[in-house]
Amino acid sequence: MRSVAVLVAAAAALVGSAVAQAPPGGVDARAIAASAPPQVLSAYHFFRDVGARQPNAGVTPYDLNTVLYSDGALKFRYLYLPPHTQAAYREDGVFDLPVGAVLIKTFAFAADMRRPTENVRFLETRLLIHRANGWVAYPYVWNEAQTEARLSPIGATVPINFTDTDGSSVSLDWAVPNVNQCKGCHDRAGAIVPIGPTARNLNRSLDYDAGTESQLAHWQAGGMIDRAPADAPHFANAYDAASGTLAERSRAYLQVNCAHCHNPEGPAHTSGLDLRYNDTTPVQWGVHKRPVAAGRGSSTFEFDILPGHPGQSILLYRMNSTDPGEMMPELGRQRVDTRAVALMRDWIAGMNADGTSR
Amino acid sequence: MKFVVAALAASLTMIGAAEARTWQIRPGADAETQLQTAMIGAQAGDTIAIAAGRYDLTQGLSLDVDRVTVRGAGQDRTVLSFAGQRRGAEGLLVTSNNVMLRDFAVEDAKGDAIKARDCQGITFHAMRVEWTHGPDSHNGAYGLYPVNCSDVLVEQSIVRGASDAGIYVGQSRNIIVRDNVAENNVAGIEIENCFNADVFNNTAQHNTGGILVFDLPDLQQHGGHAVRVFHNRIQSNNTPNFAAAGAIVGGVPAGTGVIVMANRDVVVFDNDIGDNGTANIIVTSFWTTFEDPNYNPLPRNVMIRNNRFGNTGFAPTGDIAALARAGVTLPDLLWDGVTTYAAGGVPHSENVRIVMRDNRSSRGGIGTFMSMGLPASGAPLTEGSPSTDFPPLQTFDEPPPVHLRR
Repeated sequence: MRSVAVLVAAAAALVGSAVAQAPPGGVDARAIAASAPPQVLSAYHFFRDVGARQPNAGVTPYDLNTVLYSDGALKFRYLYLPPHTQAAYREDGVFDLPVGAVLIKTFAFAADMRRPTENVRFLETRLLIHRANGWVAYPYVWNEAQTEARLSPIGATVPINFTDTDGSSVSLDWAVPNVNQCKGCHDRAGAIVPIGPTARNLNRSLDYDAGTESQLAHWQAGGMIDRAPADAPHFANAYDAASGTLAERSRAYLQVNCAHCHNPEGPAHTSGLDLRYNDTTPVQWGVHKRPVAAGRGSSTFEFDILPGHPGQSILLYRMNSTDPGEMMPELGRQRVDTRAVALMRDWIAGMNADGTSR
Repeated sequence: MKFVVAALAASLTMIGAAEARTWQIRPGADAETQLQTAMIGAQAGDTIAIAAGRYDLTQGLSLDVDRVTVRGAGQDRTVLSFAGQRRGAEGLLVTSNNVMLRDFAVEDAKGDAIKARDCQGITFHAMRVEWTHGPDSHNGAYGLYPVNCSDVLVEQSIVRGASDAGIYVGQSRNIIVRDNVAENNVAGIEIENCFNADVFNNTAQHNTGGILVFDLPDLQQHGGHAVRVFHNRIQSNNTPNFAAAGAIVGGVPAGTGVIVMANRDVVVFDNDIGDNGTANIIVTSFWTTFEDPNYNPLPRNVMIRNNRFGNTGFAPTGDIAALARAGVTLPDLLWDGVTTYAAGGVPHSENVRIVMRDNRSSRGGIGTFMSMGLPASGAPLTEGSPSTDFPPLQTFDEPPPVHLRR
């Protein structure tokens, strides 16, 4: 029989050694490459400060046009690229990121979401690390004191309370995903892959220290990416009516919130429903498509999308549910994204029978 | 990884050398965490042994490691209850190869009970899946649910109360379903969009429909074929349909023993099929509209032979009830009679070869047959030209037995 005490001691020793070997100041590439990941987020030295607000050299904040809904959580995203490496631009899909790259995403709520920069409590920081043999995903859970985040491969539950943007009080048990659940979304044909950093979704401006700048141009100027075409495609912001048509915003939302599973190589490929932005066959993205294995998620309705009838469309019904046996996405939310539901309702209501919009 | 898992599960006992370890799970406050920890920390070849007892789970479990055995102390002794499930679309999700699940129960999952997706090799042995309050539209959809898997074995298991199909094998290849009991589900056993399946020695009773062999359009794998349904007991499948109205099985008429829909090379033989109030067997085309240009909605090469039929047609439901009201004596085998279809705007006509021979019936000696003679899929019965003449005794090669690769 193995001694548990020995293993715990070994784990502690591992953490100790990673910290001890960190070069002063810089991100610790050895922590990133270690086959057994550090137990604490600070071991990577992605940030200069204990609270993980100030990124270290090589760690670049970024933002997206349309975001994954996660119960309305604030998200802080960073890309770490090892020195002298860069991403390769791709017009479709996620940029090719070099081995050693890390995508860093922190989930947080402000005590009052109407003032999202004040009293911000970090819940977890998720890392996607590009190892030589593929990507791995690790969730780190922040402590109450907000001084450290600890690795939790089996996930965690964090009770939180906050005041929402509409002034209502919200209490929920935030669910940190376990590593299998990470793969529940970050899965293409059985391998873990990043989802967010695509040309369409990164092609926007961002406020940098030196002022507002095109994100892709900033990356190119900094040598982070090999090229950044001026005519790079871009997504609408699903939540911003001024940023695109109902169809553009809806399809962007479905791409970002659904297509990581609903694509021919994703976990939901067995449903036959393909919600990628560039799928042009209406039945494949839901128009007059019958459910296969939706169970009671189909309610009493026959089709994923019945044009002109949002109230009889399974897609909307499942977005509007919080029952684990009905809801979509299956993971990562406990609340209804009311803005997205309103968007989809308008889109389907104004949809012609062939899936085009009036 | 080993360090991490051990550190997080200090109370979790592990036995064995690095080669093939056994993770021991016992009931208790930490059992849920321990179980998921084991499923993440396991290495290929490991066994996760779940001791007898009841385990109340709040989240769906998942396993993504090849060649792991998850073993309980018996299908009535080790019970994973999801009555208090708050998250996850299934009780247990398996996404790795050659996993064996055996000797435990999954109860009251909010969605599907056990889903195995994209697995090369998956075994369900002496499992029990149950929704414990009987047939209810709020029950989860599928009980044992392998999809897009190859080399699937479902045996000696019991499934009760699924609001879609108790044992559902979808878009898979090389399948054996044997020695199971499926009862009080909408569909007892459903083989959908599959290639090469042997379904035998099962009892399918008190479902809405006993055993279904279906093929649906617009999926990555369609063209279901080579299915043998034999030596099963398919009795008293008269439970009112309690599926979600939008589900495909929502269209299954209560009182049906076997339905063969839109497959080719299907043999139903040596079964005991009786006391199904609508029909012992229905052979039908896909009954509604579709857009998939590569889909064939017709059943073709369907052999119904050497079965022993009991009573049927005594309590028909759905459209078929109208036939009975018109004075028609319902047969053992009801075929919609459709031989033409259009896909992608192109009309097709086929010699579909529906053959019925050497069946016995407790009602009158030989099994009876009726074609509704419908002009097209889903046409109203009033447009049909019913006939009780047996179709010609055409011959075709029956599929060979399934051999699983392990």
